Amino acid sequence: MSELQAEGAVATPAEPSYLKIEGLWKAFGDFIALREVSLDIARGEFICFLGPSGCGKTTLLRAIAGLDPQSRGTIRQGGRDISELPASQRDYGIVFQSYALFPNLTVERNIAFGLENTKRPKAEIAARVRELLALVGLPDQAKKYPAQLSGGQQQRIALARAIAINPGLLLLDEPLSALDAKVRVHLRHEIKELQRKLGVTTIMVTHDQEEALSMADRIVVMNHGVIEQIGTPTEIYRHPATLFVADFIGETNRIATTYSGGAVKLGDATLQTRETGLADGAAVTVAVRPEDVLPHAIGHEAGTKPNHLPVRIVDMEFLGSYWRTHLASAALGGTPLVANFSMNAVRRLGLSAGAEMTVELPAERVLVFPQGDTRGGAHG
Amino acid sequence: MAEAAALPAGRTTRLKIDSDGWIKRAFMGVIALYLVAALALPLYAMLSKSFVTYGFDLSRYEFQVSDESGTVWGDPVTAAALNEALGKFAPEDLRSSSDGRLSAPDLFPDFSFRSPVKYRIRGTSDNAPYLVGLDLQNSTEWRELDSNTFRRVNLRPVTTTGLQNYQEYFSNPVLFSSIENSLFIASVSTVLTVLFAFGFAYAINRSCMPFKGAFRLIAMMPILVPSLLPGIALIYMFGNQGFLKGLLFGQTIYGPLGIVIGSVFFTFPHALIIISTALSISDQRQYEAAESLRASKWRTFWTVTIPGARYGLISAAFVTFTLVITDFGLPKVIGGQYNVLAIDIYKQVIGQQNFEMGAVVSVVLLIPAIVAFIVDRQVQKKQVSLLSARSVPYQPKPNRRFDMTMLAWCATMGVFIAGIIAVCQFAALINYWPYDLSFSLRNYDFNRMDGGGWAAYWNSLELAALTAVIGTAIIFTGAYMVEKIDGFKTGRAVFQFLAMLPMAIPGMVLGLAYIFFFNNPANPFHFIYGTMAILVVSTVTHFYTVGHLTALTALKQIDAEFEPVATSLRQPFWRLFARVTVPVCLPAILDISIYMFVNAMTTVSAVVFLYSTHTALASVAVLNMDDAGDIAPAAAMGMMIFYTNATARILHAFASRRILSRTQAWRVR
Ligand SMILES: Nc1ncnc2c1ncn2[C@@H]1O[C@H](COP(=O)(O)OP(=O)(O)O)[C@@H](O)[C@H]1O
Ligand SMILES: [Mg+2]
Repeated sequence: MSELQAEGAVATPAEPSYLKIEGLWKAFGDFIALREVSLDIARGEFICFLGPSGCGKTTLLRAIAGLDPQSRGTIRQGGRDISELPASQRDYGIVFQSYALFPNLTVERNIAFGLENTKRPKAEIAARVRELLALVGLPDQAKKYPAQLSGGQQQRIALARAIAINPGLLLLDEPLSALDAKVRVHLRHEIKELQRKLGVTTIMVTHDQEEALSMADRIVVMNHGVIEQIGTPTEIYRHPATLFVADFIGETNRIATTYSGGAVKLGDATLQTRETGLADGAAVTVAVRPEDVLPHAIGHEAGTKPNHLPVRIVDMEFLGSYWRTHLASAALGGTPLVANFSMNAVRRLGLSAGAEMTVELPAERVLVFPQGDTRGGAHG
Repeated sequence: MAEAAALPAGRTTRLKIDSDGWIKRAFMGVIALYLVAALALPLYAMLSKSFVTYGFDLSRYEFQVSDESGTVWGDPVTAAALNEALGKFAPEDLRSSSDGRLSAPDLFPDFSFRSPVKYRIRGTSDNAPYLVGLDLQNSTEWRELDSNTFRRVNLRPVTTTGLQNYQEYFSNPVLFSSIENSLFIASVSTVLTVLFAFGFAYAINRSCMPFKGAFRLIAMMPILVPSLLPGIALIYMFGNQGFLKGLLFGQTIYGPLGIVIGSVFFTFPHALIIISTALSISDQRQYEAAESLRASKWRTFWTVTIPGARYGLISAAFVTFTLVITDFGLPKVIGGQYNVLAIDIYKQVIGQQNFEMGAVVSVVLLIPAIVAFIVDRQVQKKQVSLLSARSVPYQPKPNRRFDMTMLAWCATMGVFIAGIIAVCQFAALINYWPYDLSFSLRNYDFNRMDGGGWAAYWNSLELAALTAVIGTAIIFTGAYMVEKIDGFKTGRAVFQFLAMLPMAIPGMVLGLAYIFFFNNPANPFHFIYGTMAILVVSTVTHFYTVGHLTALTALKQIDAEFEPVATSLRQPFWRLFARVTVPVCLPAILDISIYMFVNAMTTVSAVVFLYSTHTALASVAVLNMDDAGDIAPAAAMGMMIFYTNATARILHAFASRRILSRTQAWRVR
């Protein structure tokens, strides 16, 4: 580590990261799959690469694993430059969506595959396999073949096989995508639990935002081969850096308007917004999440307070824990506004379809993005 | 930032190659070298040979003759001038072969080896080879010789490169007619075989006739015997002393008739497999749709069945065509005076020792084989995409009249195929046709005949076993490298091309190419010439492609992520290969080895040029015994091949079933 600091020209802040990716590019022929990707991951972190299909998540993961090298850029792991190391000399375990269990080997042979030529005594290997089977909650399946297990069980075995060799880094490429919804939710917790117990630095690729939000310490949101934002789940959700992130994670109401003096105008109404640093008169898109549309009162209190909007309830749809409500407002012209109202609020205010009411869009929840640049102001 | 469409300047990252990477590259290099040495270089040697002509260039030599005293010399005169004056050698007499010799004294009508006259000879150009006794000379210096020595002076031919051989070939009407004959035989056989095989395949896939299993077995029998065996049976039936000779109404079986009947016999199973596969993938739903539209059976047949099977039919036709046009055994046995291309190669090489002309015919024979190969590959690709469509297999419904018609057809084909084998068996077991029909085993006493005796049989068995083991190992490992190695794209593409090439190379051509390449003393591999090794190498190479494709198909079904997982577990690739890949592919590996075994037992075409006295083979012995008139022993040897292959197939079926039941646990839930 000290050598690293000696040779590194850039002084690294506070804690040196475990995995450091700098200026990574990847080209497949003329097609650029990754562009200028830089990323720091601390030891023991659980990171999710999140983005739509084809955005380059797997490509980035494979570059980290040394399976398909980047075209430009460097990767350091634990202070060691691994940019040009072949996969066999890197330190990671990997789990794929297909599980990739060896069909002709029993569960215990699969798990022991990485242990067997390490000169360990047989008894020690057997003990380690038992320990791992217990860890993934399948202590009595040792003698079965993969085809005799369910998908969820197979994925747990694949996980056990990957962590058997105590890798410094665990890579998971859409590990849950092939499973039923129910099993998937269950396994999310198990994987997260396991990762916490082992403290192994983990990168999981997923296109499922719920998965990423519920599991990750930090999320790396990607689109078209670029990183849009890196942050904790709440940061990403509450403070999306770009319109793409705001849209991809959670839902938004989007309204096009112009910005001036820390506020935007919607018809007669004025909405105070967060601090943006944009110039007056800039064309912007305002984004508000449905749960950030707060029911204020029945009837109109037009023009009284800032960030209050008179609306009419067009229809309401009961979705179990909340009411999904479509609102129309003269201030918004034809654009409908979607709100999620809690059951309590609906009961308290006696809301129903056709009613006139006032909603509040709190200033700190009104997201403003400059128009025509989906990359947003944060990274520009 | 969004405009940055290209990579920033700099070096593209390349991973260091680990020991695993080096081992993989080494493996692939070795197998690629094998294919280069066993295929590409021999073919190149043959191709270049076909452009080489040998001839005596008389203008390159000068002579001087002394008087009787041996001291007074006449004027120097070129050999060309001497010949012109004499009119001794016409231009065609000056054509020669690689070991041609032209006696120098023949240019001097007064020559006597006892005379005191002395002679001088020299070359007028750098390349003017001549022999004095056994000493090769090549010099522009005068050399003086007494007449007794001059007697032993021979001019040697020089080589020229060009199209003369081809000109000669195409202006020779006898040779040229072989092209017509070959095309004729192959076309007729193809039409018949495809028709017959289609009927048979249709019966098996689309009718409810009984005994389907038995018919399938019978239809596969021709694969187990050399292609010349039906020729022997036909001679027994319709030959000069044939017991069914009357059925021919005076026609002779020796010639196109015999070749076509025999060709239908030996190509039938190949066509059947392809067409049957095509018919079996058809979709039940299309037939239901046709039925609901009240289309007639006839119309359904032409609008649903035939289009669905069209790729199979085209592919079967090309495969059959290639098999027939490149086959050598059958025309040799029953062709009589009817010349075809494969026979011409044999005659030029073995009969006339004219290797260059043999090479020319080989190149001519390569053309239809390569065209057929390319068309077949294209069609196969289309067929594969048809296969992957999700479809409901067709379930035939009983229909008594239709089923009985189909049964009659299959029975006819069955009698034909089984009949041919039965006649051979019968011929092998009787004493002396047609005079002594008593039972005897004396035809199996091969050591009494020429052709190699029992040793030939044991050699064949050794060849088949070696080919099966070594060939399967090479082919499977090679296919693994093509399919599962990462990076190294160009190398893999070249390898894949080399692996596909043997399918387009007729056996005769391969065999001749081997003579040119391996019988060259300058070749470091020359030592394998005339040994079992060259037979194994040629046979493995000859049948490489089908094995390669079988292996690729099996490997493609294996999860592509096994290799990355094993690497991440820091396991060398060969451990994954041995513990997982090979066990999972064992059924395919067995299929490849039985294919290699059976073909090594029956092949004639490549090895007929390459066997030596102590590596005579059973299949070649059949040919040679037949040639020598020992037809009954030839039939007996053919039947030995049949028993051996049948046994091997049974063992193979047995082993496959055992493996399947042993691996049942991990294959199915
Ligand atoms: N081997 C390859 N050759 C060419 N293009 C590729 C290759 N692998 C991936 N790509 C392309 O790169 C892009 C990113 O792919 P990938 O990383 O697999 O996306 P995902 O985010 O869904 O995992 C896609 O457009 C894909 O088509
Ligand atoms: Mg992916």
